[in-house]
Amino acid sequence: MKYESQRVAMPYFIFALILFAGQIVFGLILGLQYVVGDFLFPEIPFNVARMVHTNLLIVWLLFGFMGATYYMVPEEAQTELHSPLLAWILFWVFAVAGTLTILGYLFVDYATLAEVTMNKLLPTMGREFLEQPTITKIGIAVVVVAFLFNIAMTALKGRKTVVNIVLITGLVGLAVLWLFSFYNPSNLATDKYFWWFVVHLWVEGVWELIMGAILAYVLIKLTGVDREVIEKWLYVIIAMALITGIIGTGHHFFWIGPPEYWLWLGSVFSALEPLPFFMMVVFAFNMINRRRRNHPNKAAMLWAMGTTVMAFLGAGVWGFLHTLAPVNFYTHGSQITAAHGHMAFYGAYVMIVLTIISYAVPIMRGRPYGNSNTAQIVEMWGFWLMTISMVFITLFLTGAGVLQVWLQRIPESGEAMSFMAGQDQIALFYWMRFVAGAFFMAGLVVYLGSFFIKGQASPAEEVRGPATEDA
Amino acid sequence: MADVQAARGRHLPGDIAVWFFIFAELAVFAILFIGYGVARSMDPATFSAGKAALHPWTGLVNTIGLITASYLVALSVHRLRDRKTGTAALLWAAIAASSIYTFGKLYEYADLYANGYNLGTDTFFMFYFFLTFFHFMHVVLGQIILVVLAVKVKKGDYNGDDMNGMESGASYWHMVDLVWLVLFPMLYVLA
Repeated sequence: MKYESQRVAMPYFIFALILFAGQIVFGLILGLQYVVGDFLFPEIPFNVARMVHTNLLIVWLLFGFMGATYYMVPEEAQTELHSPLLAWILFWVFAVAGTLTILGYLFVDYATLAEVTMNKLLPTMGREFLEQPTITKIGIAVVVVAFLFNIAMTALKGRKTVVNIVLITGLVGLAVLWLFSFYNPSNLATDKYFWWFVVHLWVEGVWELIMGAILAYVLIKLTGVDREVIEKWLYVIIAMALITGIIGTGHHFFWIGPPEYWLWLGSVFSALEPLPFFMMVVFAFNMINRRRRNHPNKAAMLWAMGTTVMAFLGAGVWGFLHTLAPVNFYTHGSQITAAHGHMAFYGAYVMIVLTIISYAVPIMRGRPYGNSNTAQIVEMWGFWLMTISMVFITLFLTGAGVLQVWLQRIPESGEAMSFMAGQDQIALFYWMRFVAGAFFMAGLVVYLGSFFIKGQASPAEEVRGPATEDA
Repeated sequence: MADVQAARGRHLPGDIAVWFFIFAELAVFAILFIGYGVARSMDPATFSAGKAALHPWTGLVNTIGLITASYLVALSVHRLRDRKTGTAALLWAAIAASSIYTFGKLYEYADLYANGYNLGTDTFFMFYFFLTFFHFMHVVLGQIILVVLAVKVKKGDYNGDDMNGMESGASYWHMVDLVWLVLFPMLYVLA
């Protein structure tokens, strides 16, 4: 850590991990509710648990991105953060607002929550993933704008690097697209259409810029490869992400009412969305092979490699499985979508946030070359347990989805099984998914435990070649 | 000078990153072309009817504009490599030649639109408008790159020693041109 103000990233990372744990608890509750329908009913109905599960994910990833930004931007710009105080204020505002919102979901029924938060004045509630009360949405917008101000002021006064430019472009995109969450047309088709402007263009657009920038930053630090080489890759990757991702939005427009040409455009462009993810795999492994130093933080290196592979599999391969319109005609909204969603979010965004945490947190705790060997080994156990569990969650959900499509979607009218009858047939897959989810939780406990292991920090690194200015 | 040429040998012109980008772009167009072929085989009548509404002569003039521009760009690369003057002028001439295409295309769009054709008319026009407009945007990006090259050459930022920037820009431009050489017969002639 070169600048004292980078330390403000710490509370963001800690809070992100706390929310992550909450997300997984609710994931387990949901997993069980799939097979034991009245588990925790009426205290925590399925729809509420699902809302908490997905909203926690989004909010903790935002905390993770913000922490990453506070850590990276000052060091890249070679200057102190514009206002650490503002960063602290925003942390508390966001943390309190986020917590209150989640508590609101859990302790007040949704209609009452809408009423007390005066949703009537500007109705935005009631849509999947965007269930937050309007006042929370406004809060998120205000926090993000103030955050961007703080970051922009920092970046502008210092060194301009490609990593910073790409990261900030991604964050500005995130902020701008969030505005579509306030647009809530009464026509259901247009409502869904613009809803995807937030949901798709976040995760298959601007978030990929954020992921690319964090990955590039960590690789520069860990491998000592020249910045110019890494920046070139980053440019190509984000160009591909945007070319394929923006028009690729069309794969959500197949069956919701927009013109027919989206069948073609959505299929073709989203079929190419795996490309930027594949390039990230090649990029990461290439840079690591060409490394000019062996950084002792092996755990961070593992996360960096892991995130590219899992993002490629989850977002790329599992996305491609059901993105072509003739396939999607049968599979949309089935458990195949859930399989894809789980592995894509874990691989691309959970793991990239854990990558930067793995790299930056030891440094902020005074261990510039990473945690002790024991702590790293435990962290890597957490990595493998969570990652392998997620692979199994994905495979079981895929099995459930294929069977569901076979029973419920493929047969001609009259012969197709009803939704609930189909669910009974795939219950075994749900049980297996629940077990895999329990292993994931165990992995998370191991991972979180690694933060409490003391011991000798890693010694000064063994530098293979000349150290660069950056690393 | 001959030694310099020989030393360069059969190297990849331009930056490897640009080639990655070019291949990715070609992959996008290739998949669109395949999609076009599949759609056409399913409904040949719509595609012939659609083709009849196009202006083959405007298409031909556009093609000549783009090919001329490519020739001028290639000449300018050689001039820079041989450290001759006039590189920037050739690039400006290429931009002018390619503008025949951009204006021709805008005229076609205006005319078709006035006659009631648009992206949603039928599958042929979906492909026609999308493919050509997607390509049009690439031409505009290519023109912007050519302007940057011309300005940099004029300022003396590029010289015969380091051809990386010039060759990268020129390679991208040739990709744009190449795609049109497939698009033109596919949409205006074979449909």
